[in-house]
Amino acid sequence: MKARSKMLAVAILSVAGAAMASDGQSDWLRKVGEKERVRVNPLAGDDSAVAAGAQVFGQHCASCHGAEADGKGRRPSLRTARVHDASDGELQWLLRNGSLGHGMPAWSGLPEVQRWQLVRYLHSLPLAEGK
Amino acid sequence: MRMMAIALFLLAWGACEAQEVPYFVTYSHHMEEPGSLEIESKTATGRPVGDNRFFGNSVELEYGTTAWWTSEVYFDFTGTKGDSTVFGGFRLENRVRPLWREHWINPVLYAEFEDINGANKSVLEVVGHDGGSDFAGPIAEATQEKKREVELKLILSSDAKGWNFSENLIFEKNLTNSPWEFGYALAASRPLRLRASTGRCMFCADKFALGAELYGGLGDRHTPGLHDTSHYAGPVIGWQLPSNMRVSFEQGFGLNDYSLDHIVRVGVAYEVGQVFHRREDRR
Repeated sequence: MKARSKMLAVAILSVAGAAMASDGQSDWLRKVGEKERVRVNPLAGDDSAVAAGAQVFGQHCASCHGAEADGKGRRPSLRTARVHDASDGELQWLLRNGSLGHGMPAWSGLPEVQRWQLVRYLHSLPLAEGK
Repeated sequence: MRMMAIALFLLAWGACEAQEVPYFVTYSHHMEEPGSLEIESKTATGRPVGDNRFFGNSVELEYGTTAWWTSEVYFDFTGTKGDSTVFGGFRLENRVRPLWREHWINPVLYAEFEDINGANKSVLEVVGHDGGSDFAGPIAEATQEKKREVELKLILSSDAKGWNFSENLIFEKNLTNSPWEFGYALAASRPLRLRASTGRCMFCADKFALGAELYGGLGDRHTPGLHDTSHYAGPVIGWQLPSNMRVSFEQGFGLNDYSLDHIVRVGVAYEVGQVFHRREDRR
């Protein structure tokens, strides 16, 4: 009986651990509502937005994600298919809300137009090899 | 020389700019980025009626423990013209965001322990029946008064259309047999331009934020209210320098006879990014 309880506890912990692990990196994508997900970047046709977004990235994001956005230590690279394939609205949502449980701060203090500039910059980044 | 070496080391370390609002008393819901350390010097100066000008300085070390939890320690120094300069005590504080998504109003819970003395003139908040007369008198006499206090704040804050609106309710208790004292702080600010510049620049409008701050006491548990306490209001301006430094300025005007006529504040901040991840950063 005791052994069965232990096995049950281990099973529950394993499932919880696996759930938490899968909850990590891409968890935020599941939280984005449909209305937010389909938002289109109003700066989509503005080429200067990429350069401005690069400035915003250098000021606020590079210390964690690296000057080339290729990650730093445990902080993830942004030159990945996940970021590349995310919609404008999904990235805007992530920047505004952050993922506080996983170390990504909310950037709601940045004006929305600067977050859109950042989204343009992130989508302009080339994918890293094997990502 | 040693201080200069430390400063140069920090400047060379690698820094980032936080999304700071230019307030001195009011807190917003924006937390320090996890792993980042902000070092800020805040100076307040004023002149009580019939006494010399005072200076209160706080050196603040703010660290992003996690994305939802910020910890701070303050060291306060106080001086009066024609008198002496003394250590005014220290403060330890923690702020946590209980809700992990952005809402129309975002609450933050704040708890602080203060071990300061009566000479402390940092004016980081106004509570109870704080008044202009608290800033007068000889420093040596004021330092005899020990204040060990806990302070709780309910911080509410919103971002809308480039504006930040923040409201704080303050609850302070001297750990001796004193009643709870109350205070408030309200502030709003906005960058001069919302779009970021396409190149590095020092004087671009998006580097400046303008706003206003209003704060004061709300009496204590026995005599609550807006009377017999100080109230101040004034404009604030913040300037984000390209070298990862930030400068802020506030001219506060006393709103009643209980207040000082003016409190002028200057803040200089520097942010060090990922302070404990240096080795991995240099891989």
